[in-house]
Amino acid sequence: MESSRRDYLSWGRVHRYPHQVAVPGFADGAEGALAAAIGAGQTVLAYGLGRSYGDSCLNEGQTLIATRGLDRFIAFDPVAGELECEAGVSLGAILELLTSRREDEPRWFLPVTPGTKYVTLGGAIANDVHGKSHHAQGCFGNHVRSLRLLRSDGAVRDCSDVENADLFRATIGGLGLTGLVLSARIALQKVPGFWLDSEDLRYSDLEAFFALSEESATDWQYTVAWVDCMARGRALGRGVFTRSRHSAQRPASVGAPLASRPRVAMPVDLPGFALNRFSVAAFNSLYWRRCARMPKRHLRAIDPVFYPLDAIGHWNRLYGRRGFFQYQCAIPTAAMRACIRTLVDRVAASGEGSFLAVLKVFGDRPSPGLLSFPLPGATLALDFANRGGATLALLDELDCIVRDAGGRLYPAKDGRMSGADFRRGYPRWDQLASLADPAFSSSFWRRVTADAPMERAA
Amino acid sequence: MKRIAIFGATSAIAQAVARLYAQEGAHFFLAARNEQRLQAVAQDLRVRGASEVVIAAADLVNVNDHAALLERARSALESIDVVLVAYGVLGDHARSIRDATLAVQEASVNYLSPLSLLTHVANLLETQGHGTIAVIGSVAGDRGRRSNYVYGSAKAGLATLASGLRHRFATQAIRVVLIKPGFVDTPMTAGLAKGGPLWATPERVARDIRRGIERGSTVVYTPWFWRWIMAIIRALPDAIFKRLSI
Repeated sequence: MESSRRDYLSWGRVHRYPHQVAVPGFADGAEGALAAAIGAGQTVLAYGLGRSYGDSCLNEGQTLIATRGLDRFIAFDPVAGELECEAGVSLGAILELLTSRREDEPRWFLPVTPGTKYVTLGGAIANDVHGKSHHAQGCFGNHVRSLRLLRSDGAVRDCSDVENADLFRATIGGLGLTGLVLSARIALQKVPGFWLDSEDLRYSDLEAFFALSEESATDWQYTVAWVDCMARGRALGRGVFTRSRHSAQRPASVGAPLASRPRVAMPVDLPGFALNRFSVAAFNSLYWRRCARMPKRHLRAIDPVFYPLDAIGHWNRLYGRRGFFQYQCAIPTAAMRACIRTLVDRVAASGEGSFLAVLKVFGDRPSPGLLSFPLPGATLALDFANRGGATLALLDELDCIVRDAGGRLYPAKDGRMSGADFRRGYPRWDQLASLADPAFSSSFWRRVTADAPMERAA
Repeated sequence: MKRIAIFGATSAIAQAVARLYAQEGAHFFLAARNEQRLQAVAQDLRVRGASEVVIAAADLVNVNDHAALLERARSALESIDVVLVAYGVLGDHARSIRDATLAVQEASVNYLSPLSLLTHVANLLETQGHGTIAVIGSVAGDRGRRSNYVYGSAKAGLATLASGLRHRFATQAIRVVLIKPGFVDTPMTAGLAKGGPLWATPERVARDIRRGIERGSTVVYTPWFWRWIMAIIRALPDAIFKRLSI
């Protein structure tokens, strides 16, 4: 066990806490670290690649078990398309494995991948991540066949649909609270090729976005839109809609479909003033104009479609030392049109513009997870430089709009929602509370359950 | 297809090197102390493309077992292209400078055991007439410092051993590559405060090691800048060196 250290942060870099950190290289080391933490009277939380934005991957003053050393593949079945690996394997490593296989073998791909490949398998399960394929494939948890969970009683539980099923469902989207995921077996999707047939369509307002989403739902496996959230009035919600699907073709130029390392990296924090309403508005306007008026269709590699930001290592440093907040909400279908309009308008009016605003319509496939974030409807993700009280006040206002629409926020992105909003958005939270391992906790979990009425607390 | 024997195969650096060769379909013989860990590493390498992986659980401190272990490696691989010696311990320096027993224990793992093993390896490669020996030393072996001289002196011994073997095989097709990593983020260094530009990942170090093996380099500092840092540290006159708290 190490002494207390302050270098384990979440991606938003707002929450800066001391932690005891253990970095086991093997499962037996993880068992030892867990026992040692319990012996020291500490609670424990797994920490993967730190891509959660707020405090859901942090455990202030307590112990983190970093899983990056638990990164081995266990078995790959190229006929059934199933892959079993340890929890610290990154999705990037999985894609590297899948894309480097021989050309004459069937091609397998992750059915669900979030906006970065630098997340671990354990993190993808704990947050039940979703991606551009949600309308077609559901959540990551829809494709988890089984997992092995280390509990604080020292036992390892095999969990699946048929074995320890309640623990299985609680662990998917369970924010790491049910124990330490040691390994998992996932189902892959067979694809015709790794390159993507991809189209960028510039659209002029929110109605056009919803029309494009509907029209693309059946033939395009991956859809997402970038929204210019500085545009108001008739242009409100304008943006670029990107739809893609796997293709058997490959481009004429030789090259790998997957990038191995970031091309460039932010070596230091950008000064806090660099991203201001003028630079963000200029970026948004430029990005919108750069996309041609006529739809552009081409064959693209994996990274520019799924992971555009991974090309810049440590892009979170763009927001300076004070860090930034992500705000991602899901709004049910009935209210989504009006609510997204109100949200975008409110953000545009505030001038606290976000230059990464992402909008997507979810499908209606339910995840097995108890606390999964997606719901049939739409999701809007925004980020905001941390300017202290002003930023928090704006986010509180957005909360009211989301609450009125019956929506909820994504814990993986959150570092400030109220306990009441969390419990309203995730009414099954008390089931997770009763299945959670008593030795596991997180800053997020303590924050959103601290003010729960006594009779509901587990 | 390369035939590779790795001693200390469950170390983070060894695993990272093995993964690079597994992608090319290498055939492995892996030795380390813990059988379960070895099995986990072997499964991983198979998924990554290794054509065959044979494991042997052995405590390498037991030098009397080395001859038999080497024989197992030879019969598993038939001929050996690369031998990677990747084991070692980073003891509690503050304790081992006060406790001679601890210091000797550490030196047994870091120097005496590789001395024995490499004696067997050298004779084997000499018989087969080719092969590359890669030994993981450390920048700590370049100059004794108050903060790590117990560890450093063993690694210095390893460096001299490697240069001696290289000299012995100068006229044969046998290469001896000494790897000198700086700070690497592995479980072995979990007790040290991390972060900053001097720390490297095992993957980064592994790429350098593979390049060194492919080229038959004599000494590989990894990352590269350590060559220059250590050149300066070695060149410092004692009068100045004494005043530094490094």
